[in-house]
Amino acid sequence: MEGNNRLNKKILLLLSVVCVLTSGLVTVPADARVYIDINSPYLRKVPTAIPDLQDLGLDRKHPALTKELADLMRDTIGFTGFFKLLDPDSYLGDPRKAGLTRDLIKFKDWTSIGAELLINGGISCKDGIIKTELRLFDTFGRRLIIGKRYTGRVDDRRKIIRRFCDEVIRHLIGAKGFFSTQIAFVSTTTGNKEIYLADFDGHNPRQFTNTKNITLSPAWSPDGRWLAYTAYRKERPDIYIKDIKQKQPGKVIAFKGLNTTPAWHPQKSLLSVTLSKDGNPEIYLLTGSGKIVKRLTDNWGIDTSPTWSPDGKQFAFVSNRAGTPQIYVKDIDKKRVRRLTYEGNYNTTPKWSPGGDYIAYSGLANGRFDIFVIGLNGEGPYQLTRYSGDNESPTWAPDGTAIAFSSTREGPARIYVMNSNGADQRRIIALPGEQTCPRWSPRLW
Amino acid sequence: MAKRTGKYFVLFLAIASFLFLLSCAGKDAKPELTVVEEEIVIEEEPVVIEDMEALEEEESLLERRLREEEFAAAAREAELRDRFINEDIHFEFDKSTLLVDAMEILKQKAEWLSTHEDVNITIEGNCDERGTSEYNLALGERRAESAKAFLIDLGISGNRISTVSYGEERPLDLGHDEAAWSANRRDHFAID
Repeated sequence: MEGNNRLNKKILLLLSVVCVLTSGLVTVPADARVYIDINSPYLRKVPTAIPDLQDLGLDRKHPALTKELADLMRDTIGFTGFFKLLDPDSYLGDPRKAGLTRDLIKFKDWTSIGAELLINGGISCKDGIIKTELRLFDTFGRRLIIGKRYTGRVDDRRKIIRRFCDEVIRHLIGAKGFFSTQIAFVSTTTGNKEIYLADFDGHNPRQFTNTKNITLSPAWSPDGRWLAYTAYRKERPDIYIKDIKQKQPGKVIAFKGLNTTPAWHPQKSLLSVTLSKDGNPEIYLLTGSGKIVKRLTDNWGIDTSPTWSPDGKQFAFVSNRAGTPQIYVKDIDKKRVRRLTYEGNYNTTPKWSPGGDYIAYSGLANGRFDIFVIGLNGEGPYQLTRYSGDNESPTWAPDGTAIAFSSTREGPARIYVMNSNGADQRRIIALPGEQTCPRWSPRLW
Repeated sequence: MAKRTGKYFVLFLAIASFLFLLSCAGKDAKPELTVVEEEIVIEEEPVVIEDMEALEEEESLLERRLREEEFAAAAREAELRDRFINEDIHFEFDKSTLLVDAMEILKQKAEWLSTHEDVNITIEGNCDERGTSEYNLALGERRAESAKAFLIDLGISGNRISTVSYGEERPLDLGHDEAAWSANRRDHFAID
């Protein structure tokens, strides 16, 4: 963590967008069309070509960067599931020799193979510093959508590509991508359940806690600076709140009984948790330092696993007040509680979507746990996983376009990701032991 | 010196015993005290010693029996204590209500607790692996609290009973079938 932090600072210093290559394209122009409508139920993957970058002066140490960065870009852009990346073998002409700018590109070479979008670029590298220029074109419209030039350390090339890809997504779907995000999860790699962190695509996994006991339920603060989690460090389930950079001392919430399922309020520095200090698991609202603001539920049954609506005015939670665990929604001000799920007799771990319209959860269907999404308006539920082991603990990407979850489809539990409509399910994390309870961070830049 | 004192002591005992025997048999005995004094030294001694041995034997038998009883009591005590610790109560899937068998076991536990007032306990609530870990933490807590409430109803002070939930995190049986699951849906009782 320490090293990573140093890295962060350096990249902030070094990495700078030197200029926007064409004027008038900093923001989406008024006549811009929405290239990808993520709300469409039938998402069409946009055919896209990403040829290898051109060598604009690479030193001898890094001859493979032209291909490596293009591969990285294909993986990153492809991760969203919005694009159909065309096979480089189908490209006409020699893209390495083709022009990089609008005037020089033969758009017909791309439109004739069906590419609707083209990302090209060039790279130079000297003394460990790389300079890249990257552009996104609408091939049929023969337009430059964005062009950026980045300078940074060669070790930060992954970050550079991710920053550009975030811009690509922002221009194509109207909201920033999630390539700056991390996923926190629980892994038994050491023999104990500990919290780990990894990049959104599973790259760079690393151990975050070392409690040498049971550690569960990581929860990111909305600013991405704090992680709250439950740990049995003292043989009891208490909540620990830790600085993600592990520089400041943490805080501990240790009421008698359960201290579990931390969930940060989206705006204020508050978190809702499950406490059983009064003899029954109930949801409470606490300050960031662990003082009780108020009790949010009051029922004879179990109330647990709160998740906030994006506006912070409502929260969903699990209760067995009707006999089996089901998902309920409570309005903070009106204090009205309504039941959301009626299908199945075991529905838990709700997560409110960033757009506010849906709740993802894990439900028992035909003896297996699967991921479902249900509309707050009662739409659905839609089953997103099936016939593939137990699927649990859904967590939304901050733009709502993807859901990560844990699955036993290949034996031991691993972390998987899918589009929020259930498409393109693939594994992103496989470490020794089992991985469960993923929690997607907010955008970190 | 010691030998001599011993001899006198034996002599004294012999006389005393003889007198005692004599007094017991007082009805038929004739007073011939002067003669007896010389004779007893040899003749009566073994008799007396025999009695001593018998007495000793009887005493050691008693002692052994006492000791055995003590052992038996201690063993039983240990057995009851072991039973208290080792006998879990079990639950149905997704339930924290006490089954009839569980109530019977809890009654025995309450009895034991009422005779061991210096003992404090922790009830550990556990769940099977099915379901989500978050919900199971809450369910485990409820299971522990159910048993605690029942013990309180039976007169055990709540101050003596702590609860902790391990949810599905500490399975007793690592299997993935109903036998393992039902073994894992349990309250375990630990002595603090």
